Amino acid sequence: MRAIKFLLQKEFRQIFRNRSILAMILVMPVMQLIILPLAANYEVKNINLSVVDHDHSSYSQKMITKIISSGYFRLTGYNRSYGEAFHLIESDEADVILEIPDGFERNLIREDEQKLLVAVNAINGVKANLGGAYLASIIRDYNQEIRIDFLQNNRFNVIPTIDVTSSNWFNPNLNYQVYMVPGILAVLVTMIGGFLTALNIVKEKEAGTIEQINVTPIRKHHFILGKLIPFWVLGNIVFTIGLLVAWLIYGIIPVGSLALLYGFVSIYLLAVLGLGLLVSTFCETQQQAMFIMFFFMMIFILLGGLFTAIDSMPEWAQVVTRFNPVSYLITVMRMVILKGSTFQDVAPHLGIIALFAIGLNGWAIVNYKKAS
Amino acid sequence: MKEAVIKTENLTKRFGDFIATNALTLEVYTGEIFGFLGANGAGKTTAMRMLCGLSIPSSGNATIAGYDVYRETERIKKNIGYMSQKFSLYEDLTVLENIRFFGGIYGLSDDEIARKSDALITQLGLQNEAKKLVSGLPLGWKQKLSFSVAVLHQPKIVFLDEPTGGVDPVTRRQFWNLIYDAAEKGVTVFVTTHYMDEAEYCNRVSIMVDGKIEALDTPHNLKKKFNAFSMDEVFYQLARGAQRAE
Repeated sequence: MRAIKFLLQKEFRQIFRNRSILAMILVMPVMQLIILPLAANYEVKNINLSVVDHDHSSYSQKMITKIISSGYFRLTGYNRSYGEAFHLIESDEADVILEIPDGFERNLIREDEQKLLVAVNAINGVKANLGGAYLASIIRDYNQEIRIDFLQNNRFNVIPTIDVTSSNWFNPNLNYQVYMVPGILAVLVTMIGGFLTALNIVKEKEAGTIEQINVTPIRKHHFILGKLIPFWVLGNIVFTIGLLVAWLIYGIIPVGSLALLYGFVSIYLLAVLGLGLLVSTFCETQQQAMFIMFFFMMIFILLGGLFTAIDSMPEWAQVVTRFNPVSYLITVMRMVILKGSTFQDVAPHLGIIALFAIGLNGWAIVNYKKAS
Repeated sequence: MKEAVIKTENLTKRFGDFIATNALTLEVYTGEIFGFLGANGAGKTTAMRMLCGLSIPSSGNATIAGYDVYRETERIKKNIGYMSQKFSLYEDLTVLENIRFFGGIYGLSDDEIARKSDALITQLGLQNEAKKLVSGLPLGWKQKLSFSVAVLHQPKIVFLDEPTGGVDPVTRRQFWNLIYDAAEKGVTVFVTTHYMDEAEYCNRVSIMVDGKIEALDTPHNLKKKFNAFSMDEVFYQLARGAQRAE
């Protein structure tokens, strides 16, 4: 056990002497937590709308005004023909075309029915989907308004409508930052822990210093512990910095228990560090380690439920996410920070992460060879 | 009676079809300075790595300090020191921190570490550099430091892989004085070199060509046998037929 003391001493000295690593540990999480949640926003605004109004009636005018005043759309074209408007889509100046046919007002009043054409530029999938949906809902709303107008004139029968009001639990204002910050923090902790560990050991391979270690009678698990502990401590520091940023800048205070959060992150870090260790045992150069870690990180982040909900992924992708430790941390962070979940709620996640930690570290110890 | 501290018998290492070290058979005795010569690519480093327990032999037998190279590598490691061809102390630690670290890894007590670091620093004349980062030291000093760290735990055998490569003649002389000091204290020295004047300093030398040992004797006997004036000539006669080169 005495060997571990010397290993730790050496590792911490090296970390504190390496300015770029220190900067990475302290500045990177703060910067990313400040920038990313502000930018990573699901709300779609500034949808460029081009209107082709063949009717030029007061009803069509009212509808267009209502659409523009919603704040989501920006009128970029007011064209005479669909063909003209389509040019705008081709040149990417418009995202959505709304075509109002001739006789819009007349048909609405006389025949109680009128069709509209909405054409969407689906190159940007999210914008197209949400833009189309917003437009449809505004038009539906407009439709209801004019019906109420008509009702007052007693020209139509009362049509019962179902009006749905929803309230957003745990994030009442649907503030995306509240949703994103815990997720981004989860990714940051993962990246820093995983990358630092993998690169650190491979760096020793490149420098040849690992050979000088391998020729000593040091025990394998002592060596691995000597590598794990420093980065485990650093991971916890990054996590703490992240929580402070979340509180100071976004006013997010965990609803659940801090002890539970730290407990989970502690076990989680062991799993991620284990992955880094394992990768390092397979790589000879830092370049190789970097690429392999990137490969995993891309999958972990994109299939982690940070940007896209896991529930809406195809079946096979949902199976993949079960083998993704990041998805568990993101879920648990959101559960504990936003919802105040307790130990019982996150126990299954904790169990799985513990299995990850044991499996990955065990494999790393077996795969770390002192002789070739 | 001379006691063999390194004993190998047909020790062989293959990498696929390539036989790096072919049927190495030799004995090295306690307290001896053994010169392990050979051209680049002859298989010296591979052989040495097997003897240190860093590389598992493909076939053959060997015992180091009485321990088997297959089964007792960790015991071997307690009894040997190793200095690789490439400088492999930590550049971002100071001289003292490196000594302390390796002393600790080899299980020395804090007391021993403190005493030995002092003695080492004085012996190497590094008083002014003790608290400086190793990366700033000139190569010659780095090599002397590596050697001292390799013998810090008083091993029975120390393996030196081209310890004086790229070092100036004065420093080389000082380095060999360190080797003699260690040998006098009973440490067996197993050293590879490309400098034939250094070969003359050894008690016995072996010359390896294309993975095989072609000659093994004292420098004096070798010169007689090959009818040569210097080890340089002996080496040249043997190694010019080599097929392998790096």
